[in-house]
Amino acid sequence: MDMQSFSYIPNTEQDRREMLATIGVDSLDALFSDIPDAVRFKGLLNLPDAMSEYEMMNELKRLARQNVSLEDAISFLGAGAYQHVIPSVVDAMISRSEFYTAYTPYQPEISQGILQAIFEYQTLMAELTGLDVSNASLYDGATAIGEAAMMACSHTRRNRVLVSATVNPDYRAVLDTYARGQHVETDTIAEIDGVTDHTELVAKLQDDVAAVVLQYPNFFGTIEDVRAVCELAHEKKVLVIVSTNPIALGLLESPGALGADIVVAEGQPLGNSLSFGGPYLGIITVKEALLRKLPGRIAGQTVDREGRRGFVLTLQAREQHIRREKASSNICSNQALNALAASVYLSYMGPDGLYDVAKQCLAKAHYARDCFIKAGAKAVHQAAFFHEFVLDLGPRSEQILDTLKKDNIFFGVPLRSLGSRYENAVLLAVTEVHAKSAIDEVANRLEGLL
Amino acid sequence: MSRQAENFPLIFERSKPGRKAYSLPVLDVPDVELSTVVPDGYQRKEMAALPEISEVDLVRHYTGLSTRNHGVDSGFYPLGSCTMKYNPKRNELAARLTGFSQIHPLQPTETVQGALTLLYRLQNHLSEITGMDAVSLQPAAGAAGEWTGLMMIRAYHEARGEKRTRVIVPDSAHGTNPASAAVAGFTTITIPSNERGGVDLEALRDALGNDTAALMLTNPSTLGLFEEDIVEIADLVHRAGGLLYYDGANANAILGQTRPGDMGFDVVHLNLHKTFTTPHGGGGPGAGPVGVKRDLIPYLPVPRIVLREDNLYDLSFDAKASIGKVKGFYGNFGILVRAYAYILTMGPVGLKRVSEDAVLNANYLMKRLSEAYDVAFERICKHEFVLSGRTLKKNGVKTLDVAKRILDFGYHPPTIYFPLNVEEAMMIEPTETESKETLDAFVEVMLQIAKEAEETPEIVKNAPHQTVINRLDETQAARAPVLRYRKPTVL
Repeated sequence: MDMQSFSYIPNTEQDRREMLATIGVDSLDALFSDIPDAVRFKGLLNLPDAMSEYEMMNELKRLARQNVSLEDAISFLGAGAYQHVIPSVVDAMISRSEFYTAYTPYQPEISQGILQAIFEYQTLMAELTGLDVSNASLYDGATAIGEAAMMACSHTRRNRVLVSATVNPDYRAVLDTYARGQHVETDTIAEIDGVTDHTELVAKLQDDVAAVVLQYPNFFGTIEDVRAVCELAHEKKVLVIVSTNPIALGLLESPGALGADIVVAEGQPLGNSLSFGGPYLGIITVKEALLRKLPGRIAGQTVDREGRRGFVLTLQAREQHIRREKASSNICSNQALNALAASVYLSYMGPDGLYDVAKQCLAKAHYARDCFIKAGAKAVHQAAFFHEFVLDLGPRSEQILDTLKKDNIFFGVPLRSLGSRYENAVLLAVTEVHAKSAIDEVANRLEGLL
Repeated sequence: MSRQAENFPLIFERSKPGRKAYSLPVLDVPDVELSTVVPDGYQRKEMAALPEISEVDLVRHYTGLSTRNHGVDSGFYPLGSCTMKYNPKRNELAARLTGFSQIHPLQPTETVQGALTLLYRLQNHLSEITGMDAVSLQPAAGAAGEWTGLMMIRAYHEARGEKRTRVIVPDSAHGTNPASAAVAGFTTITIPSNERGGVDLEALRDALGNDTAALMLTNPSTLGLFEEDIVEIADLVHRAGGLLYYDGANANAILGQTRPGDMGFDVVHLNLHKTFTTPHGGGGPGAGPVGVKRDLIPYLPVPRIVLREDNLYDLSFDAKASIGKVKGFYGNFGILVRAYAYILTMGPVGLKRVSEDAVLNANYLMKRLSEAYDVAFERICKHEFVLSGRTLKKNGVKTLDVAKRILDFGYHPPTIYFPLNVEEAMMIEPTETESKETLDAFVEVMLQIAKEAEETPEIVKNAPHQTVINRLDETQAARAPVLRYRKPTVL
């Protein structure tokens, strides 16, 4: 009987025979004779039979159709993942297979493409966040906070981290897991009107605190007074970690300029598709003084033997493959392709384009909030905000969201889990993708429901 | 410098003030006056110095960069322990279906049933492949999977009131193993390998104790060798009250041949970007799902994907003993779609063929290269093998030189100087997606380089000669780090 053929396995039966002969064994089985018989798997795995390309694609299309794509919906969902215009050049460039089928650039002579792209990415992130240096990226915005906090503890040799209640609750949960791993304590600073309570912060800023973690704009969309927090923290030699939204930095002052020591961010808004939560990228930038504690890969500029400019992975003495159990982090990879998408996006937008996107987010969010309040929703916070805000829909909140959902309107993220104050509250994000007509339509629907 | 002209420009060096490429919808709501909505002192004073470039120049810039990069699609990539196999194009297409790429992670679960179905099935398939009882797809990479697994092991021991603080790793382990153990709050003990490249059982017995939390093992090891004593090892560790952690970096060798669960492992992570053909992306994104035996299920990270009684899939955050959240949202979904597409394409027969041909290709290549290079361990290998360049040293040629010379022939070199317990190591992994002709051509090149090392060593020592740049000064890069571009000051 002929062997079943598979698109990705080129050896023919004759190849196999010739190769076995060269090796000097008489069967493939002989090549697995080192696996003790007691643990050899007999028979076939219980998996669906192989599908042709056509059948497999049909099956995946069928599953994809069971999801409501945002192309067919009006969505104000945000809370850490945002719908933005993604220029076609982004996918075209990250689809260059010399990029996406390559691995970590350990051989710089044939990896200058990705290494230079990382160097450019590092420059863009440092510029955007207003800090000195960036690494080549981390997994995502949530894990970036965890890595940043652990780094701050290692740098200050202190083991307490204060986290504002206005930081994304998912990020706080991930930070807690990191902290438990490394015997670090986390403590929450309460919020007042959607902003970090500075009085509580001052009371908790003791000598054993390594860092304060703040989000700007924060989880509720409001613009925290980062400058004031930095002043308070620095008086106690406490580091400030600011988690930010890179799009907001098109018009908001950079956290670096406000005094932050470490800036982290979810990089998804920069040209990365939503993809049900990943893959995204975690941005991290630091002040020069923290460079030797910065986790993850870093690309640096140097020269070759003829003086030509080139790039290499550098400062590897920080990393796990050299330091093993003494490394400051176990991170091995970066999100190179997502970082490339972010770079292509920012290069395409340029300073004016990024400002325009940020300005449209701001203007449309303010317009939408006004419309929804006119329609009967109640504002929960009064503080200044960027492109996210919280509305209270009253006791029928759940039914209202449900009714809108039936027409593929995803009005917002319910905040019930944050406590009684947010029982009927919903978090909305508005960006440049939201046409005025869509906002008006939803406001009309809402008015009829409230 | 006169050579400056040969530098490939940075995107910042192509920038011209006032040039624009972007295209956005016109603002169709009333504009806002910034000073009325942004607090004083919070408007950005100095715009980030982003490049200003036309669309075509941007495309040429990145296309130009891509031509200065080597991927699997460019040529053979036998980088040991990285499983650089072909990345199927149909998987790329599948992940880009708008029903997958344009769904928000916080949509009501009724509107993402297709995505949840896919994740649920992928969990089950990976459980079957590894012989485990449950799988979480959340960890973003192999190292994240290790950390997640070790956090569960910690929670397991703590729940039983046991204080077990040590993790044992062999000297051939990936650097991430001890590093992950450290960030999960453990101390590590490194034990030597025996003369056959396996775990030294005496050393293991000595290291085991009532403080042993786990043994982390890569099987086959980074030497490409199957751990022949695995049954006894598992028994020793379990009798000491410890758990067994399987680093799935080398799972390509065992698909359908043996399963970590059957070997006695309690926790396993897989690297979907290795074994399951998802692209390495120039260094990421990957995905590192983690599987566990029944006793460890309560500790799996949240959310879990559950099938409700009404036959709808849902996300469950309700798990008291869980180690908590390890990543934002639910893992690298786009990567998981690709891996699922791959499993459907291969089926059980195809996955078994993968390990057969991966092992066949490796043994064939090892046999043919043994003509000119020292094989570190003379026994059947699995999906990869380790050569030592020590015999070339008499002519002053190092393994690094061999690797650089390989570049001149359009191949990516093997992993070098790893594992740490082999002198002048070259770790070679051909994968099953390469043909005999490709392997033969690579052998010819390797034989030629060995000959050059004897006869004209300078050619090897000064390699590469054909690449866009030659060897870079890594010392300078580390001593005086230049980690970003700064615009030259105009006088």
